[in-house]
Amino acid sequence: MSAVHPTVGLSDHGHGHAGHHEIGFVGKYIFSKDHKVIGIQFLITTLLMLMVGGALALGVRFQLAWPWRAMPLVSQLTGGLFAAEGGQISPEFYTMLFTMHASVMIFLVIIPILAGAFGNFLIPLMIGADDMAFPTLNMLSYWFMWPAIACFGMSFTVNGLNAAPANGWTAYPVLSAVVQAAPGAGDAQTWWLFGLTLVGVSSMMGSVNYMTTIINMRAPGMTLFRMPLTIWSMFITAILQAFALPVLTAAGFMLVAERTLGFKFFVPGNLLINDAPATVGGGQPLLWQHLFWFYSHPAVYIMLLPAMGMVSDMLAAQVRKPIFGYKPMVYSMAAIAGLGFIVWGHHMFTSGMNPALGMTFMISTMMIALPSAVKVFNWIGTIWGGKVQFNTVTLNCVAFVSMFIVGGLSGIFMAAVPVDIYFHDTYFIVAHFHYVLFGATLFGCFGAIQFWYPKMFGRMMSERLGKLHFLLSFIGFNGTFFPMHLLGIAGFPRRYADPYIHPYMEHLMPINRFITLCAILMGIAQFILLFNFAFSFFAGKKAGRNPWNANGLEWSAPSPPGHGNFDVPPVCYRGPYEYSSPLSEGTDFLMQTDPLRHTGGVGNAGDGHH
Amino acid sequence: MNKFWPFFFMFWPFVAVVLFFIAPSMGWWFPSEAFSPLGVQIDNLFYLILVIVSVTFVGTHIGLGYALWKGVDNKAEKGWFSHGSHSLEVLWSIAPAGILMFISLYQLDVWRTYRVKSAYPKDLYGVAEVTARQFEWRIRYPAPGKKLQPTPQPDDLYTVNDLHVPVNQPVLIRLRSMDVQHSFFVPALRVKQDAVPGTVIPVWFEASKEGGFDLTCAELCGWGHYKMRGRVFAERKTEFEKYLNTLKAEQGFDGVNKPSESGAEIAKTE
Ligand code: HEM
Ligand SMILES: [Cu+2]
Ligand SMILES: [Cu+2]
Repeated sequence: MSAVHPTVGLSDHGHGHAGHHEIGFVGKYIFSKDHKVIGIQFLITTLLMLMVGGALALGVRFQLAWPWRAMPLVSQLTGGLFAAEGGQISPEFYTMLFTMHASVMIFLVIIPILAGAFGNFLIPLMIGADDMAFPTLNMLSYWFMWPAIACFGMSFTVNGLNAAPANGWTAYPVLSAVVQAAPGAGDAQTWWLFGLTLVGVSSMMGSVNYMTTIINMRAPGMTLFRMPLTIWSMFITAILQAFALPVLTAAGFMLVAERTLGFKFFVPGNLLINDAPATVGGGQPLLWQHLFWFYSHPAVYIMLLPAMGMVSDMLAAQVRKPIFGYKPMVYSMAAIAGLGFIVWGHHMFTSGMNPALGMTFMISTMMIALPSAVKVFNWIGTIWGGKVQFNTVTLNCVAFVSMFIVGGLSGIFMAAVPVDIYFHDTYFIVAHFHYVLFGATLFGCFGAIQFWYPKMFGRMMSERLGKLHFLLSFIGFNGTFFPMHLLGIAGFPRRYADPYIHPYMEHLMPINRFITLCAILMGIAQFILLFNFAFSFFAGKKAGRNPWNANGLEWSAPSPPGHGNFDVPPVCYRGPYEYSSPLSEGTDFLMQTDPLRHTGGVGNAGDGHH
Repeated sequence: MNKFWPFFFMFWPFVAVVLFFIAPSMGWWFPSEAFSPLGVQIDNLFYLILVIVSVTFVGTHIGLGYALWKGVDNKAEKGWFSHGSHSLEVLWSIAPAGILMFISLYQLDVWRTYRVKSAYPKDLYGVAEVTARQFEWRIRYPAPGKKLQPTPQPDDLYTVNDLHVPVNQPVLIRLRSMDVQHSFFVPALRVKQDAVPGTVIPVWFEASKEGGFDLTCAELCGWGHYKMRGRVFAERKTEFEKYLNTLKAEQGFDGVNKPSESGAEIAKTE
C-alpha cells in the first residue's frame, strides 16, 4: 500500500506533487489506476449504457402499443438495419429486443454502476485509504467491461446485422442450447455468453479488491461498526459476488460447450426441434435454471444492497439525524445476503421441481421480506423528527424508500406459491422487479450522483435540473410500471410480441398505449440527467470540501481529491451519523475526523441514545 | 410550497389505491372469476394478501408522509438526536415475521392439493396427454372408454390446440414438450405448469363452468411464443363423450367407408 501523498491546496489537485511521479494523460485518464478515475469511467460508461438499454426498451414498448407498425424515426433512419421489414419489428426481433434490454440493463448498467462506479469511487474515500488495495486489478476490472460490451454488441451484428440472442436474459435451455430452436440467435447467443463471462471477470476483480481494501486499509479508528452503511453494503455485496458468481460462470461455460462442442448438460435426448436432427444425450433443462438462479437471485441483491447503503448515508445527511438503528441496518443487510442464497427456487415454482422444495423455498422467500421490512421501518425512523431539506438528493432517496416498499410488497404475492402459479411469467413479475431495480436502485443512484458529484468534480449539479429530472422520471416511472401490476392480474404474459391475438387480452391495448407514452416521457427525462451531468462539469457552482455538511471521511478530502486522496491522513474518531449531536456546538454535524470534540461518550454509530 | 413534496409523496399512493379500486370495472383485473375450485382458493389467497399488503402500503406511506410533513417545518434548532430504539426494532421485526409466517402456513394446503400426488383428488380422470411444441399444443386422447396410457396406443385420438374436458370433474393431463420449454397456462382456471423437455409432468384441474377458455404459453419458447393459442373446452360429460366419438369417427375414417352415423352428424353441425 503506497503512502499518502499530501496535496497542497484545494484547487491544484494532482499537481502539487507532479514531480513526485509523473503520469501522462493516458495513465491519468484512460488506463488510470486511480480508483476515482476508474469510478468515474464506470459511471459515464454505465450512464451511456443506460440510454442504450432504454432505447431497446422503447422498442419493446412500441410494439406492445402499436403492434406491427413501422417504428417512426427508427425505420427512416436505419432502414431495414435491425428490424426485418423497413423498421417494423418482426416477432423474432421482438424477442431480441427484450433479451438485450434486460442484458444491457442488468449486466452493463445496474451491476457496474453500483459496484463499479460508486463502489470504486467511495470505498477508499469513505474508509480513509489512499486507493484500492490492488490498483492494477482495479483498472483491469474496468477495461474488461469493454470486451464484454463488444461481445454483447457483436451479438447484435453477427449474421448480417439482423441477429441477437433471443432467449431472454435468463437464457433457458433447451431454447438457448440448440441453435435451431431460435435460428436468428445463431452465434449471437454464444457471443452473449462470452460477454456475460467477461462481465463476471470484471465483477470478480472488483469484488476481490473491495473485500481486501475494506478489511485491510481502513484509516486508524475506523472500526467495523464505525463504517458508513455504504461501506457495509459494498462489503456484503462483494462477498455475495465472490460466492455466487463462479456458479454462473461455470454454467455459462457449460452452455457454450453445449452449443459449440456438442456436450449435453441441459438437453435431453429425443427432442425434435425445428429442422434439427433429433437430439441425443441425457441432459437436464432444470439444471440450468438451478445454476442460473443460484447466481441470479443473490445477484438481485447485488443490484440493490449498495443502493440501500448509499441511501442510508444520504438520507441521514439530508434530514440531519443519525441513522435510526445502525446495527439492525447492518444485520438486516447481512440477513438479506445470507437468506439470498437459499431462495433461488422461487423463480422455479412452476418449473415442475419437487413440490416439497417449492414449500421450502416459499418459506425462505417469505422470510427474506422480513429484513427488507426492518430496513424500511428504520429509514422512516431516520426521517422521523429530522429537519428535512427537499433537495434533489432527498427526493430521490424518499422515492427509493417509497418504491422499494411497493416492490417488496408485490414480492409477497409471488412468494405465496399458489398465487405465483397464476402470476409467474406475467407482467406482475415485470412490475415487481422494475419497482425494485429501477424504482429503488436507480432512483438511489440518481440521488447518489447528485450527492457525490461535488466530490467527483468539485462542482455542484444544478438543483433545478435535478428536481425537474426527478419529477419527470418519477411520474414517468410510476405511469409505466404501476399499471403493469394490473396487466399481471389480467393474466398478460411476459415476452409476447402480440398479446392481442388472444381474446382475453384484446381490451388491454389502450392501457398499454398509456404505459408506452409514460415510458417515452421517462426516456426523455434521462437526457436532462445527462445534460445536468455534463453541464455542471463546466458551469456548476464550485463546491468546497463538505458542501452537504456531512460527516463521512470523504468530506474531509479536497473536492475533487488529488491522487492519494487525503492531504491530511485521516483519523476516525466516531461513527458516521453524529448529526444534531448535543456535543457539536453551533453546527449540527460532527465529522468522523473531527478530533476537537472527541469525547469518550460518542463511540460507535450503533450505540443507543434513547 | 414547502409542503409540496410531502404532499407529493402522499398523493401518489392515494392514486395507486384509487386505481386498484376502479381497475375491476375498467377490465384491468382477472380475465374472469376463477372457474375452478382451486382457482377460487388461489383468488381468495390473493385477496387476503392484497388486504394485508394494502394496509401495509398505506400505513408505511402515511408514516413516511407524516415524517416528511413534520420534517420540513421542524423549527427545532437541531434534529431529534436518536440512534434508534431497541424495543421498536423488536416490535417491527416480530410483527411482520408473524404476518409472513401466517401467510406461508395458511397457503401450504392449496399448494399441496395442486402439486403433491398423495393429495390429488381421488376421482381424477386422465383425460389427455398434452405435448407442447413450437408453436402449438398437440393433444392425445385415449379412445373412448379406455384409459390414458403413458405410451401412444394405436387407437389414440389426436387433435391440435383444442383440449376438451368434462366439466365438474377433476381431470389430469400428462404435460410434455417435444422441443423447448413451454408453459401450459389457462388464466380462467388459474392453472400454470411448465412443460419441460425430457419430463412428463402431471397437471390436474377441474373446470367448474361449461365453456371455452383461452390456453396460452407462459414460458418463452422462441419467436412464435406469443401465438401458441389454444382453447380448453369444458363440457358436459355426454357432450365430451360425443366429441371423442366424433374424433374417433373422423380419425378412423379410411376414406372409403362412411364414417359412423353419430360422428357424421356432429361433424355437420359444427
Ligand atoms: C421483499 C422481498 C422480495 C420477495 C419476497 C421477492 C420475491 C420474488 C419472487 C417470488 C420472484 C419470482 C416470481 C416469478 O417469476 O414467478 C421474484 C422475481 C424477481 N425479483 Fe423479487 N422479491 C423480493 C425482492 C426483490 C428485490 C429486492 C429485487 C432486486 C433488487 C428483486 C428482483 C427480482 C427480479 C429481477 C425478478 C425476476 C427475474 C425474472 O424472472 O426475470 N426482488 N421476486
Ligand atoms: Cu429471486
Ligand atoms: Cu410455447
